[in-house]
Amino acid sequence: MKLTIDILRQKDSASAPYRQKIEYDALPDDTVATLLHQLNAEENLKDVEGNPVGQIHWQCSCLQKKCGACAMRINGVPALACDTKLNTCKRGQLVLEPLKKFPTVRDLIVDRSLMMDNLIAIHNWLEQAAHHTGKAAELCYDASRCLQCGCCLEVCPNFMPGGDFYGAAAFVPAARILSQLEKDHPQALADCYQKNIYSGCGKSLSCHHICPAGIDVEQKLSNANAAAVWKRFFK
Amino acid sequence: MSITIIGAGLAGLSAAHTLAQNGIACTLVSAQASERAQSVMAEGGINACLDTMGENDSIDNHIEDTLRGGVGLADRRSVRGLCESAPAIVREFHALGVPFPTNENGIVQRHFGGQKKKRTAFVKSSTGKMLMTALIDAVRRFEAEGLVRRYPHHMLQQLHIRENRCQGATVFDTYTGESLTLGGSVILASGGMNGLFWGLTTGTTQNTADVTAMCLESGVELANLEFIQYHPTTIAIPGKRLLISEAARGEGGRLFVRKNGKPWYFMEEKYPELKNLMPRDVVSAEMVEVTAMPECEAQVYLDMTGIDKTAWKSRLSDLREQVLHYLALDPVKTPVPVSPGIHYFMGGIWVDAQHRTSAENLYAAGECACRYHGANRLGGNSLLGAVYGGKIAAMTALKEADLKNLPAAPKGAQPYSEVSPAFRAAVSRILGDRLKILRCENDLRQALTELASLESKAANPAETRLLSLAKATISCALFRKESRGAHRRTDYPATDSACRKQTVVQRTNVFFREIDEL
Repeated sequence: MKLTIDILRQKDSASAPYRQKIEYDALPDDTVATLLHQLNAEENLKDVEGNPVGQIHWQCSCLQKKCGACAMRINGVPALACDTKLNTCKRGQLVLEPLKKFPTVRDLIVDRSLMMDNLIAIHNWLEQAAHHTGKAAELCYDASRCLQCGCCLEVCPNFMPGGDFYGAAAFVPAARILSQLEKDHPQALADCYQKNIYSGCGKSLSCHHICPAGIDVEQKLSNANAAAVWKRFFK
Repeated sequence: MSITIIGAGLAGLSAAHTLAQNGIACTLVSAQASERAQSVMAEGGINACLDTMGENDSIDNHIEDTLRGGVGLADRRSVRGLCESAPAIVREFHALGVPFPTNENGIVQRHFGGQKKKRTAFVKSSTGKMLMTALIDAVRRFEAEGLVRRYPHHMLQQLHIRENRCQGATVFDTYTGESLTLGGSVILASGGMNGLFWGLTTGTTQNTADVTAMCLESGVELANLEFIQYHPTTIAIPGKRLLISEAARGEGGRLFVRKNGKPWYFMEEKYPELKNLMPRDVVSAEMVEVTAMPECEAQVYLDMTGIDKTAWKSRLSDLREQVLHYLALDPVKTPVPVSPGIHYFMGGIWVDAQHRTSAENLYAAGECACRYHGANRLGGNSLLGAVYGGKIAAMTALKEADLKNLPAAPKGAQPYSEVSPAFRAAVSRILGDRLKILRCENDLRQALTELASLESKAANPAETRLLSLAKATISCALFRKESRGAHRRTDYPATDSACRKQTVVQRTNVFFREIDEL
């Protein structure tokens, strides 16, 4: 299929972004990740104006939607490049942009360390041995699948970088920890939860629909709320 | 005191966690966040003799299965340490929150290849991801305390080794382009050598093999590079091989090929005891053999249609979803076409039983190191080896770090360089063509000639050392004139007891070394 690829590029964090259009013949069943590998393997690739394209910088790792590295905006929607087939492009148009809620490092690479910093800030770890209950096992499994890709924060109307609300990228992992606490063992996470998650969430649940891992985000939110705010722990 | 860990996958995290538990600060360097490490892709499980399935399992059984699976090339003493520690390791992860399914006896275990008892603890087909999430959270606590300092988006730029003693490492920030030199001991946990076989492995693109290549360049010994595990059940998808976990066969999946038009369950006929769950080297070699027979078709299928509904729902739901997504095939109803693909490197940086490399103050653990798996690794032993190896490496490093005589941070480093995609593809093409499941002298000699022709094209130090590592790998395969485990020579089809030794390569010199305890 003939594809017009419109990439928002940026040389480094201090430079101004610019758009570059490339016309390329691609296979419809290939993914955006495969396409990016192919473009980078091309020698002397030129854009529509005849300028050299050079290396397009992006992050990848597993290429099978298990690691979250390749999250980017694809035709305006945050998604994983390894999970998005080119046959989803309408009228042969493919727009690739870096996630906007994180600082751009270069091209499609953004610095997502804020998510990990936020998990430190809310004390997202167990302070004592996990309290396992059969009832919470499936919830723990699902919450533990979080890729920390950042797609949920990208679409969240309440999350702003540097703000007090940390979004689904924090409450999904927190739901795992909170489901493994016993009632008489409260921990710092429960206190932080109120400030950094519960009071900032507008319940738009756009995170629920965008999660590329297919995590039941809404369920994680209600379970985490129940434990952290209403002190309802699994028995 | 400063200890630098290169790699933040399961082995690196395990080392960091162990150091922090002992009150020792460390620096954790990784190309990307831990969530992107190959360990999150591990599927089937982690082995430990928990004896929860009423089968009278014992630690001795685990030791013997591991040694037998490794076809006599693993060190008995190390394997004993690994297997004896396994139950405590699995219970520790349970306490860290891994939601292992349980029965009235404890953690449920499943069948896995090369093992006669159910010994593999698991969470569906996402065991690696579950262990990683729990350990990332546990290490996070020490990050908050300042005991673990992370340097994400950093690559190893140079290992400083003078007179066979490691003095520290220079790391390169891929975001800012700045370099930083850290003095002191270094633990390498940089993963397997996928970078020699671009697009041909089930693993991550991030395991570039560059750290292993740097070791070779610095005169640090590597071992058993010829032992490359081809996993029997993989599928080619764009840019890589997709793994169908051994759990599929553990839960009842069967391999067949059409012979004279009818399904032939060749593993069941040839190996009536372990059937489809023979060790991976055996299954992969059988697949090559049967598909070459004139009366058979060229495609092997994995038939999972007989697996019961409960197993699909409770233990394989993620595997089904993956096959549906990438192949548009429902494995519940249709057999899946599979073929062997590169999955694991048994060889790598040589380490002793305490995870010391051949250079002082330099340690290695996880897939980048060579210690536990001999000529073939059993499924479920890699997660275990990564956690255990990381612990041992950390304990040795902290014991040996000389507090009063810290090596000063070395000055100066060679510039950071990377392998271009085109150069990596050229090297991978040669290795992929010549270092298959079945090898022979002619092919291997041809590979050396082809690699030599790339010498003039190597444009920077990273490309030069990748080429050296590729040559060293071929040289190891040439040196071992026998067939054993994952190394099968058509010109030397028999196993030779005189070769029951480790292949060691130091720079370009290849030799055999006795195994500590057989």
